[in-house]
Amino acid sequence: MSKPVRTGGRAGGILAVFAVLAVFPLVLQNATVTTIAVDTLIFGAAAVAWNIFSGYSGYISLGHAVFFGTGAYTVGIAARAWQLTGDAVFALLPLAAAVAAGLAVPLGLIALRVRRHTFVVITIAFFFIAQLTATNLSVTGGSSGILAPSPNWDAATFNNPFYYTALALLAVTIAMSWLIRGSRFGLQLRAIRDDEDRAAGLGVRAMPVKLAAFVISAIVTGMAGGLWFYFIGQAIPQFAFDPLFDLSVVVMAFFGGLGTIWGPLLGALLIEPAQQWLTLQYTNEYLSEILLGALFLVVILGLPRGVIPTGAEKIAMLRARLRSARETAAAGGPERQRADPVREAGAPGAPARDTGASAREAGP
Amino acid sequence: MARQIYEAITDGILGGGVYALMAVGLTLIFGVLDIINIAQGILVVLGAYLSYVLSVHLHIDLFVGLLVTVPVMFVIGVAIQWLFIRPLRGRDRTSMSLLACYAVALIIEGILYRVFGPNYVVLNASYVTSSVHLFGFYLPDIYLYGFALAVACVAALYLLLYRTRFGRSVRATMQNQTAARLIGIDVNRVAAVTFGIGVAVTAVGGMMFGATSGGFNPNSGYDLISRLLAIIILGGLGSIGGALAAAVFMTTAEALVDIWSPDWAVVVFYVALVLVLTLRPSGLFGRSPVRAQ
Repeated sequence: MSKPVRTGGRAGGILAVFAVLAVFPLVLQNATVTTIAVDTLIFGAAAVAWNIFSGYSGYISLGHAVFFGTGAYTVGIAARAWQLTGDAVFALLPLAAAVAAGLAVPLGLIALRVRRHTFVVITIAFFFIAQLTATNLSVTGGSSGILAPSPNWDAATFNNPFYYTALALLAVTIAMSWLIRGSRFGLQLRAIRDDEDRAAGLGVRAMPVKLAAFVISAIVTGMAGGLWFYFIGQAIPQFAFDPLFDLSVVVMAFFGGLGTIWGPLLGALLIEPAQQWLTLQYTNEYLSEILLGALFLVVILGLPRGVIPTGAEKIAMLRARLRSARETAAAGGPERQRADPVREAGAPGAPARDTGASAREAGP
Repeated sequence: MARQIYEAITDGILGGGVYALMAVGLTLIFGVLDIINIAQGILVVLGAYLSYVLSVHLHIDLFVGLLVTVPVMFVIGVAIQWLFIRPLRGRDRTSMSLLACYAVALIIEGILYRVFGPNYVVLNASYVTSSVHLFGFYLPDIYLYGFALAVACVAALYLLLYRTRFGRSVRATMQNQTAARLIGIDVNRVAAVTFGIGVAVTAVGGMMFGATSGGFNPNSGYDLISRLLAIIILGGLGSIGGALAAAVFMTTAEALVDIWSPDWAVVVFYVALVLVLTLRPSGLFGRSPVRAQ
């Protein structure tokens, strides 16, 4: 009944968010601020992309930095080989996506045969193989890395091309995440997350589904990596393939809410600026490392399901309670059986305690 | 060439003993708690720094220092389990605990950087540089002592697991946690103590690592954990014998490739891991995965 209204309101909210993001660099032109903003958008896209695979399928990947770094090096090597500069470098992002996807297929075919811990560990192994390969090959420039062509843009609005490219990438990624979550494909992924054997028994062809999500996720991550490389201006093995990247996107997704559409973005919008600001403030990367770890522990122990699911649950319970209070008042007496607030609201994971309490109150 | 190969095999076996010890701790934790302690690598580095502090500032011998560092690491392990692992509940418990360990590792790494800085340090003692002439080879004393110590520790762990009452409760918990609880085993205590033991061996591993690696800094944890993970997966998660065999196999393979190309030697670990998992997803000695309950 109220669904169209809510969807309309939500679409309006989304448009408002993106409108704010679109005018942001026009209002705040401070280079430090826009630099942090570009970083945040890139990480936002990466976190949403990570969530499309790991959040929906339940296969936690700690190796997405492989695709990030691959994208970075692809853009770097191609720009050097073809002597590209300026806006033309952005045209290499689809190439970064293609290379990342091409890499994701064999890696996925190997890694997705195993589950749970073994999957996590094998993604970590991929990560180290990638980092060592980048260090040892000559085409990647070894440990000194590869330099990006320097853009010839006006200094005052230098960050804007990066900002809008990152924003476009983020918008497309969010749209993909949304479409996938609502689709049959997304349903299959979540069925795999809940019980892969049962899903397979019900006719989900698990491997192609998982692999498709893995590749989609890698494509976006590769493009984010390519963009990041052009923005930062340099790729060296330990920063292009950075273990902190892996942890950061995971923290963002967990913080906002694993498997939700907006959770990873919310996490990125809150965590990345905070981290960048701390790094600038204290010019001490070790402190931000300690704080990131501590924040993550707090999130895991305090908000295990993330801000968005926990928040939505709280709101649903509050609404149900208000409504039941209204109904109780209207009926002029306690009508406990009907007014079991939690059941009616259909809130997931509602504590059994409440039902018990109302049953007790309804007793003689 | 033949000589180099013999030397590589000797180095691999001796070095493998130490990796075996660290990996046994990791696989034991996995077997009992069903989590992978990603922090094991940085805990080894922490153990190395503890030995460093004792030997440089208090002039305590490295091996004597273990009498202090092993209990300290045990307590740290129990504390980590108690504070960050035990409270985790729910469907995503396993992945959450893995991430919690990662977070703990980051915090420890950050603290080590702040305290000791990024410079490489080495553990020094007379026996680190001296060597013994044996069967025509020069073997560094530290490798021999370390190997003997690692073998002794693994034997002690074996006795603990297979000849004591506590060991029986650990093995029962590894097999079936619910059933173990039903027959009166205090599973929480077993989990805490196992985590403590698994971390305590990093004190020994860290001392050996610090003395033989030619220098370590807080960043060394990543390299260590990735090797250890490769070892325990290759050996089959939760299999102690598998961890021992895989450790020796991996370090020997690495030493052999090192003759040909030092740059690529490290990659051997991961390539071997990927190859084995492609052919046999449960590892060399692993049980085939049981459906989660």
